[in-house]
Amino acid sequence: MFQFFTNLNIDWMGWRKVFVVISILVLIAGMVSAVGRQITPGGTDAFNLGVDFQGGTVITVKFKEKPTADAVRSALNNVGISDAVIQDSTDKLDEKLIKIPIIEGKELPAAQTAGEGGAAEPQAPTTGTQVEVGRASVKRALDTFGREASAELALDQDTEAAYKIVGTDSVGPVAGAQLRDAAVLATLLGMVGILLFIAFRYDWTYAGGAVVAVFHDVLVTLAFFSIFQWEVNLTVLAAMLTLVGFSVNDSIVIFDRIRENLTLHRTESLYSLTNQSINQTMSRTIVTNGLTTLAVLALVLFGGEVLRSFSLALFVGAIAGTYSTIAIASPIAIWWQGKIGVAEVKDVLTPQEEGTKLASSSRRSVTRRPVTR
Amino acid sequence: MKNTGLLIRTAIIVVIALVGIYVVFGPRHSPTAADFTLEGIKNNLSENINLGLDLKGGSHLVMRVKTDEYLKTLTENNAQAALTAAQDAKMPAMENRITAEPGNYQVDIIVSDPSQANATVEEIKKKVDFFNWTESIDGNTISWSLPVQMQELLKRQAVDQALKIIESRINAFGVKEPTLQKHGAESAGQILLQMPGVDDPERVKNLIGAESNLTLMKIVSPPNPSPVQTYPTEDAARQSLGGTVPPNRKIFPYSERDEPTAGASATPDPNRPKSYVVVEYPAIVDGSELRDAAATSRTGSDRDFEISFSLKPAGAQKFGDWTGKNIGNYMAVVLNDEVKSAAYIRSQIFDQGQITGRFTKQSAEDLALTLKSGALPAKIEYQEERTVGPSLGADSIRAGVSASLAGLVFIIIFMLFYYRGSGINAVIALLLNMILTAAALITMDSTLTLPGIAGFILGIGMAVDANVLIFERMREEIRDGREIPKAIKNGFDRAFITIVDSNVTTIIAGVILYMYGSGPIRGFAVTLILALLINLFTAVFVSRTIFMWLLERNPEMKKLSI
Repeated sequence: MFQFFTNLNIDWMGWRKVFVVISILVLIAGMVSAVGRQITPGGTDAFNLGVDFQGGTVITVKFKEKPTADAVRSALNNVGISDAVIQDSTDKLDEKLIKIPIIEGKELPAAQTAGEGGAAEPQAPTTGTQVEVGRASVKRALDTFGREASAELALDQDTEAAYKIVGTDSVGPVAGAQLRDAAVLATLLGMVGILLFIAFRYDWTYAGGAVVAVFHDVLVTLAFFSIFQWEVNLTVLAAMLTLVGFSVNDSIVIFDRIRENLTLHRTESLYSLTNQSINQTMSRTIVTNGLTTLAVLALVLFGGEVLRSFSLALFVGAIAGTYSTIAIASPIAIWWQGKIGVAEVKDVLTPQEEGTKLASSSRRSVTRRPVTR
Repeated sequence: MKNTGLLIRTAIIVVIALVGIYVVFGPRHSPTAADFTLEGIKNNLSENINLGLDLKGGSHLVMRVKTDEYLKTLTENNAQAALTAAQDAKMPAMENRITAEPGNYQVDIIVSDPSQANATVEEIKKKVDFFNWTESIDGNTISWSLPVQMQELLKRQAVDQALKIIESRINAFGVKEPTLQKHGAESAGQILLQMPGVDDPERVKNLIGAESNLTLMKIVSPPNPSPVQTYPTEDAARQSLGGTVPPNRKIFPYSERDEPTAGASATPDPNRPKSYVVVEYPAIVDGSELRDAAATSRTGSDRDFEISFSLKPAGAQKFGDWTGKNIGNYMAVVLNDEVKSAAYIRSQIFDQGQITGRFTKQSAEDLALTLKSGALPAKIEYQEERTVGPSLGADSIRAGVSASLAGLVFIIIFMLFYYRGSGINAVIALLLNMILTAAALITMDSTLTLPGIAGFILGIGMAVDANVLIFERMREEIRDGREIPKAIKNGFDRAFITIVDSNVTTIIAGVILYMYGSGPIRGFAVTLILALLINLFTAVFVSRTIFMWLLERNPEMKKLSI
């Protein structure tokens, strides 16, 4: 039988202070990045928020001959868009992403008639909301490179065309705020739901440990997004909630083992039982999380531009989740139990008397024991 | 272990698997030989799975009906009509005052003689519908205010009406399989429109948002044969009215020979000399009296279109009466607060008219269409637009599918390597899980989106986890010296609780995502929830049945390939 870890005997709990310090350092780095970027005038914001959350327009354009970013920028300047972000698509050589911030309320110079080809299409409005103006203005700017392929044809079918807009994401500021609020609400409610379920199945102390671990994972992921300025959009929310699920899943596997060991070895300290439980499940932890991480890595590598933020969030979250289960969730659960006097956490393995009941000593601890100070 | 129990389990699994395979890969027509080729299976698969807009290409638009503006217009119209009605009845009504801000809509009519207030109210209510309004009289002020509940009701009605009008406009335009529905909170007044296959929604957007509000109004001008009275600037027009515009007059720009497009997208030509005319308000007839409108060409040239319209009987009667009394006077065809043409009345006209101007074929057709569908109750504002070209969608499918396959292949290889014989067991459970998840998606008529594919991959991850938990447990039991049958039983029993707990936790997260998330996120949540529910069946029930078969064949099993 081929196996990664058998008969591990690592004193994980003994390392808990080191773990906490590591986590805090990562979180501080994230905080420094977020706050630092926010207060630096003229610099980037705390997070690279996508149009989903702050409003704006992203246009994906396929070119026959791709102009330089500067050429695109000056064309955009001519139609009155000054602070566009222009980047090459990471997976398609002939595509560019043009991201323009909110332009609502700004008067744009009057439309210039597109001369060539007699294509006197009705001109776009010169004022209006983000969503009405965004695509039209970019189109006007790009028309200086040649005309857009007609709606029914692909770019290479239309010989006279120079480019084609293949995708638009345009969100007005009101809708952006709505999406953002819904996202925050969904994440928080998701955590409350999970907390209640674990409290019902296990105990408040475990629920507390699991939820702190989940917060940790979400914050660590956000820290990475701030430090590396990856784009935060709607799919990142989905990724966050998934990693919440995964992280709690990991915690539950270990909690479940602790609960089981509590009934089997009543005389041992919770400290050593927790260590044992982590060691016993280590093989599963490595296999499952290793596989998940690799599946997500496949998403990062092959998932394409649209899934990029999503995959990155999951990738960071999956690693943080594994770590936090061992390093955060379990120590907090037993620390809390020690605090409320139902178990004693000692740094040495001391057998405890039978009488010291643990918060979840029964196999099925659905029966609620009063946990009061 | 009873043999019949095992047979029943096997039968259940085989039936479910076959149904699942048929739902996913089976043809929806009577099968032919072609359906059993790889190409045929592929075609059937793509026919069965309902792809979301992000994968097949199309437009996603979220718009908002400006309901506050609707109530404001309603208040202003009522205030004007009330004053006119009172003055027509020779009541001592001096002026109207309007309050129109979100949450507070009120009309005040000031009378010079408080004792006449009640009589004035009676006269006004004969002509103006204040049924939904709360009435009060205080000295010389008569007030009607709109209760908050009524405001909400009217707003909802405005959104419903806008929905119907938008529907008729996009249907007339010929969008295939559009999705049109209310969106978000009821009070937000939002409407969602999805149009598969439309990747440049500019024309549809203009068409939907076009106000195309047609009115026929009398121009304040000396009658024919003097030319129609125009003013070079808006100021000059105002001066002719003594400096202020009274409530029963309006000043509109006169843009003869303009080239308008549908609605708001008209670009003013800076070179065109502008002139203004003064018209009488309210209108003789308005757009709601319109029966039909059509684009016609006088000369057959593409740039010489006009719109001919006809009126409903009631409107025609009104129009006929008015034209009969006003022969020689000038009348304006007003479109969206701009005078399109001004003509004097030669003879009594009942129900026919034209809007001239150098329309193109497309702009005339769009305009006729928006006129016919009726005026929107209020302006439409676009809040969100997402378009995906078909090529981008196809790229996304390719990326999503290749990422899934890469992950899947890797997991299969690993499971077979790490768990040997039992790995086969896990792989069967995994593949069945994927087929059943896809089958459930198809049965629920759910659409597969890009985040949905991601949910699929995560479902695979959770399914693998269940098997890993069980197998690791069995290995432990074997290490502790248990017999193989006992180890298998313990492995499943002990791991089962953990699997249920962990899957339920993630399902909770999924359900909340579904409830509070928007479009793409929901697709993700649905696939993830389905995969997890099915996981409880495949990872536990199916996998265990396979182990039971192994034991059945070899009850004294001494070694398990794990």
